[in-house]
Amino acid sequence: MTRWRTQGGGPGAGMRIAQRSGEAIDRTRNLQFSWNGRTYSAHPGDTIVSALAASGERVFSRSFKYHRPRGLLTASFHDPGCMVQVGDEPNVRGAHRLVEQGMRVASQNTWPSLRFDLKAVNQLAGRFMPSGFYYKTFMKPEALWPAYESVLRRFVHAGEIFPDTPHGYHDKRYAHPDVLVAGGGPAGMSAALAAARAGATVMLVEEEYRLGGHLRWEDPATAAAMAEQVRSTEGIEVLCNAAVLGRYDENWMAVVERDRPGAGERLVKARARTLVVAAGLIERPYVFAGNDTPGVMLSTAVRRLVNLYGVRPGHRAVVLTANSSGDAAAEDLRAAGVEVAHVADARAGADVRRVRGRGGVRAVELADGRSVEADLLVTATGWTAPTSLLNMAGDVPVYSPKAARFLPGGRGDDHVLATGGIAGDGTLDELCAHAEAVGTIGAHRALARRHTQLSAVPTRNGAPLSPPSVDDPAVPALAVPEHPELFRSDTHGMVDLSEDVSSKDLYEAVAEGYDSAELAKRYTTATMGPTQGKLETINTIAVIAQATGRSIAETGTTTWRPMYVPVSLGALAGRTFEPVRYSPMHRWHQDQHAQQMVAGQWMRPEHYGDPAAEVRAVRDGVGIIDVTPIGKLDLRGPDVPRLLNLLYVNKWSKLGIGRVRYGVMCAEDGVVLDDGVTGRLDENHYLMSTTSSGAAMVWEWVENWLQTEHPDWQVHVTPVTTGYASINVAGPRSRELVGRLTEGVDLSAEAFGYMQVRTGSVAGVDDCVIWRIGFTGELSYELHVPAGYGLHVWEALLEHGRDLGVAPFGVEAQRILRLEKGHLIVGQDTDGLTKAYSAGLDWAVKLDKDDFVGKPELAWQHEAEDGSRLVGVQPLDPRVVPPEASQILADDGTIAGRITSSRMSPTLNRSICLAQVDKAISVPGTKLTVRLPDEEHIEARVTESLAHVDPEGVRQKIDTPAPGLRPQAPPVARSPIAPGDPVTTAVGWEVGAQHSEAALRQALTLADYTPLAKVAVRAEPDGKLAAGLGTRFGRTARDADASLVVGSGPGEWLVLAGIGEQDKLLTRLRGTAEESAEFTSVIDLTHGRALVRLTGMHASDLLAKVCGVDLSDDFVPDGAAFRTSVAKLVTDVVRADDAGVPSYLLHCERSSGQYLFDALLDAGGEFGIEVDACPTSPTL
Amino acid sequence: MIQLPCPWCGPRNVTEFRHHGEVVSRPDASSSTPREWRRYLYFRRNAAGWVEENWYHTAGCRRFFRLRRHTVSNENHLVEGAR
Repeated sequence: MTRWRTQGGGPGAGMRIAQRSGEAIDRTRNLQFSWNGRTYSAHPGDTIVSALAASGERVFSRSFKYHRPRGLLTASFHDPGCMVQVGDEPNVRGAHRLVEQGMRVASQNTWPSLRFDLKAVNQLAGRFMPSGFYYKTFMKPEALWPAYESVLRRFVHAGEIFPDTPHGYHDKRYAHPDVLVAGGGPAGMSAALAAARAGATVMLVEEEYRLGGHLRWEDPATAAAMAEQVRSTEGIEVLCNAAVLGRYDENWMAVVERDRPGAGERLVKARARTLVVAAGLIERPYVFAGNDTPGVMLSTAVRRLVNLYGVRPGHRAVVLTANSSGDAAAEDLRAAGVEVAHVADARAGADVRRVRGRGGVRAVELADGRSVEADLLVTATGWTAPTSLLNMAGDVPVYSPKAARFLPGGRGDDHVLATGGIAGDGTLDELCAHAEAVGTIGAHRALARRHTQLSAVPTRNGAPLSPPSVDDPAVPALAVPEHPELFRSDTHGMVDLSEDVSSKDLYEAVAEGYDSAELAKRYTTATMGPTQGKLETINTIAVIAQATGRSIAETGTTTWRPMYVPVSLGALAGRTFEPVRYSPMHRWHQDQHAQQMVAGQWMRPEHYGDPAAEVRAVRDGVGIIDVTPIGKLDLRGPDVPRLLNLLYVNKWSKLGIGRVRYGVMCAEDGVVLDDGVTGRLDENHYLMSTTSSGAAMVWEWVENWLQTEHPDWQVHVTPVTTGYASINVAGPRSRELVGRLTEGVDLSAEAFGYMQVRTGSVAGVDDCVIWRIGFTGELSYELHVPAGYGLHVWEALLEHGRDLGVAPFGVEAQRILRLEKGHLIVGQDTDGLTKAYSAGLDWAVKLDKDDFVGKPELAWQHEAEDGSRLVGVQPLDPRVVPPEASQILADDGTIAGRITSSRMSPTLNRSICLAQVDKAISVPGTKLTVRLPDEEHIEARVTESLAHVDPEGVRQKIDTPAPGLRPQAPPVARSPIAPGDPVTTAVGWEVGAQHSEAALRQALTLADYTPLAKVAVRAEPDGKLAAGLGTRFGRTARDADASLVVGSGPGEWLVLAGIGEQDKLLTRLRGTAEESAEFTSVIDLTHGRALVRLTGMHASDLLAKVCGVDLSDDFVPDGAAFRTSVAKLVTDVVRADDAGVPSYLLHCERSSGQYLFDALLDAGGEFGIEVDACPTSPTL
Repeated sequence: MIQLPCPWCGPRNVTEFRHHGEVVSRPDASSSTPREWRRYLYFRRNAAGWVEENWYHTAGCRRFFRLRRHTVSNENHLVEGAR
């Protein structure tokens, strides 16, 4: 008898055999790596475990609960005993990961070493750790939990993480394959080829590093030939070392690509028109005593080791075989120089009872009583069909006793098909013929779906659609597989090697009453480990069936859920897409070191160091605040007054031109929704302002009423929130300051009264809107400036106001100022239940109006006089500032209200508040008890009016004369996208001048096109003006004077022209609009949109990383226009190829321009994207 | 993630849209009793089956449209005259 060593052969212990054709390793090169501190060698193509096995190593880990030594079982990704730590990466699948030069590999959760693991003491405690012990132990006493945790932590399986591991770069991309084939074995490859031949685009996903599946060891020449054919066929994208994680609604597939250079895993979100599942079969282990001993392995493990890696798996073997794979494995062993001591044919009734040996196989005990000395036991007892993708599509697998496995039930989705070993049995030719037919049918169905989708999109260029083929080939039948049912010998062994659950544990669970598959699974955790049931589900069900006396079919199976294999959180997270909005003055605030705050998506200056001083500056002199985030809606049309009457609680029919009114919007339940001022600029032209956080919501609210209830009303609504930089100039000296900059407007108190609006020129900038309104209670003018000039006007105000003591003030100071005046903030002083009469808005609600939104509930509230009241409150002790949300108590100690706003007033030098209180305690003078968060009680009283400062409003009535206009510096317009160096000026715009040569190579460039003229047109989608514009929604056209007309929405166009051309364009389009005699609107959006141009060969590849729409040439041909979400930002996309080079214009609301630019540059990094200059010619 | 068939833009991922609830008819506000009005505000059929709903294409054409959807299977199609 030959002496052999079972453990620790050490480096170069020589289990490598002679070269085999089709092997995966490159013997001409050598790599070095370390394993638990010792150096080993490998060849390129070796997995960590194959290299270690070649050196005679057999033990790679210790098991989860009992710390039993574990070796190679399957030699595939799913091998439960081969999880190792590579550098700072835990839980690496050692039988899948390829060796790299210098890799440092260590075993996980073993102490002090893999060989001698003290935690193996757990085996002795095994009788005290039956299944379910998690629920029964370490519970009491609760005080000892920290001690339990510190002990248990040392026994936790899985590797080590290092907090200072550098962040990985994970991006994602979208894909829209016609056919997605899951599995790159012979069936998968045949299906992919057939689908491609039928005209479909195909994505083929394969778990292993190479295509071929089991053919790689059964018939390497054919495997290589088929793989070559696949790679050279147009229209098949092959992803190797990638896995399909899950199938969601309508074939929304999650695929993880693992081999990303310089990055970790990447998620591909694929919307496949048809899914073909060709996942093959997974060999399962046999259950018997000692079946987890190193040296027990599956026939496919042997076939991989010998044929792919040239490794002899042992010295002397016993083979238990029930199928052709076991028979072939015995042949492979002989060819590799292993002594095959005994072949037990299970088809003839032979069986294995037990394996003897600690730390490695020493002998195999057969069912007939004989004991054979061996260091290797190979089992081939059956196959499991990995039907999870089919199950996720609604198929219910059916158990076939004849096949000894579950087969696809054949129900589910028309667009989910199965082929290959998973579907049935046959020769290679039969399986490939089946796969070809299935692949062709899959392609036909996918193309039919594509045809329907193409018919529905407006972006096509009118090319005729070829009708899809209906000529499906017949699918040849596959034989029902035949296999003896072999799950467990007559001894107990491990069923789930990942979780250390034995068949005995399952019997005990059943005895305790957990007798269904779902219950027993959860109680024992069988199938819940890293392999997620792929190796253990059938055996688990078979054992439960045995224990309960039912059949396997009756026991049923557990539910397969995503993810099919583990995926890193980084891959799921991808890039952080969080749109940010910046005001045009943002850089100024940053340079002043303003305390920034995030409000909605906006970055806002909270204060500049001393909010109290800012308040005093406003009350004493003049202050300026950046209020750009205020929502602004441009309303045009003869029916605007009807809209305002419907949505506001007050009356709007008689608002004169140049007048402004404060309006409150309520919802249908009477609850206050939003407030703001609306001004009439012209006959049929109004500008509505909303709260900054309510801007988007109000726009949608307005559109909802217009589109669904009053489609006959002639109103055009255009958001201009980001098109204007808004600056509020407040304080007794504000008229003096504004007067120095303003031209074309009489600012005197008589000519320009409170609550009025004018248009004029400020700091040399035309088309500014100037409001005289007063949130702060001081004389104030709110300037709305075309956004590109925002910084210019801001700096002009500071320059010209220096001798007046002008100071910037932030959001915090504004909050204090408005609180001093008792002005409510919707959402702060009101909540989701506050109806108008509870918000101090009695004076605004006009119940004698016709139907308006909220009227019925407000009328009932008014009648019933119920609900709380908004009151001003002052604590008796002026130094105490009660925190907002402090409760107000009634005499009996129950809650009777809360403090909604609270600050220290720099003007009064005492604390001031607003509060919602029960009606009974709302009378001015009432004493209140306020309960502070620390449970202390303070006294306060209700004030006479909401306003603490200047309740009569006399501070508004300053009639100092307006000064004359001072000379102004020429205005400079700026894009929201920071120009790189060098900077230059063109037609009054500050632009970046860097040119990229990349364009010459058709490589990827991104250019800021924001300064270009942009004019929006609204009209009937099928009217005269529409015809004149020459294009409809979804397409673009060139105008006579070379401007680009984009059909950006139904009845919506955007016309683009060169820098500085907007006046000409406006005049021309307004003329055309008037001629049409239809209801139309022409609006200058030059400042309202940020615009960029992306050009180059890989432009659509980049966009596919940030945009989920199918960008292929027939969905988005040259000249297409659509709107979608790009990096989570609503963006318009126009395909405008540049002399045959793919090119896209993208535009978004102005304030998100920098965010969009940065997101595109980030996505373009992998393509070497470069920034190019803005075009400065007058023609586009 | 399901797709919705926007009548203007074609099929798009559901994340591009905002759900605006079951289609309900607005009672006459001037003659409605509180009970009738609050039924309109708060009560919905909420069927496990076919429902008719309003959707808004926020990240696309910004049009409202009506959709018929099966709340259990998520099968859906446009209501005639949806555009």
